[in-house]
Amino acid sequence: MSISIKVQTMDFSVGEQHGALCSNNKSDGAVVTFTGLVREFSSGDNVIALELEHYPGMTEQLLRSIAEQAQTRWQLARISIIHRVGYLALGEQIVFVGVTSRHRQAAFEGAQFIMDYLKNHATFWKKEHFKDSSNWVEFKQSDKQALSKWQSIEQDAIK
Amino acid sequence: MAAGSETNLNNTNAASGHVNVLFFGQLKERLKCDKLTVDIAYSLSIKSFKHMLVEQNPHWQAWLEERDVLCALNQTMSSSDELVKAGDELAFFPPVTGG
Repeated sequence: MSISIKVQTMDFSVGEQHGALCSNNKSDGAVVTFTGLVREFSSGDNVIALELEHYPGMTEQLLRSIAEQAQTRWQLARISIIHRVGYLALGEQIVFVGVTSRHRQAAFEGAQFIMDYLKNHATFWKKEHFKDSSNWVEFKQSDKQALSKWQSIEQDAIK
Repeated sequence: MAAGSETNLNNTNAASGHVNVLFFGQLKERLKCDKLTVDIAYSLSIKSFKHMLVEQNPHWQAWLEERDVLCALNQTMSSSDELVKAGDELAFFPPVTGG
């Protein structure tokens, strides 16, 4: 089982990441990847860019711990997480999560679990830049609600 | 965990020293401060530590004590009753918004 965690300003190639997940991997039949992009926010002014900062050291530890938790719940042989920081223009890639598994369900669920936990726990902060102003993004309750489905599954499993 | 408790013991014996304090996100911007070093003579709770920072910088109160500020002690999420000791790294920040 392998875990790769990267926090970087540089862009990444989804093709290369996908290739690395598949390369010399004869045991896994499923690869699921997610890529997050900078988008125009629907509320208020149009976003022209995002600025992302993080807590160096703690962020990498948290991402690794999230990946390890995912591996305890599903058989995920390979996990790759990349999160960019710095100034990112509209349309640029922000985050990549890729996982491999023997079967698709574990891969789908594992990737979603990692993204849901990343959104709620990983120490990143996002600032939206508009034409004439900027604004720190507020934490969304909907992100917290996304976690509850994994927690209720956990409780069901305990029962 | 074992390494952590060893550090705790050492710090209890020599309680005075520096605490490295970090701020992130909107909090950093509002306080106009990204990091500072604070000398402490004895271990104290994060809550008391925050109060001490506010006493030294009264205009920080609205942001540090009255808002939804999270805290990490030595890069681990912590509650306000945990103890801060010399040599620790203490970070304050708003709820996270990555992804």
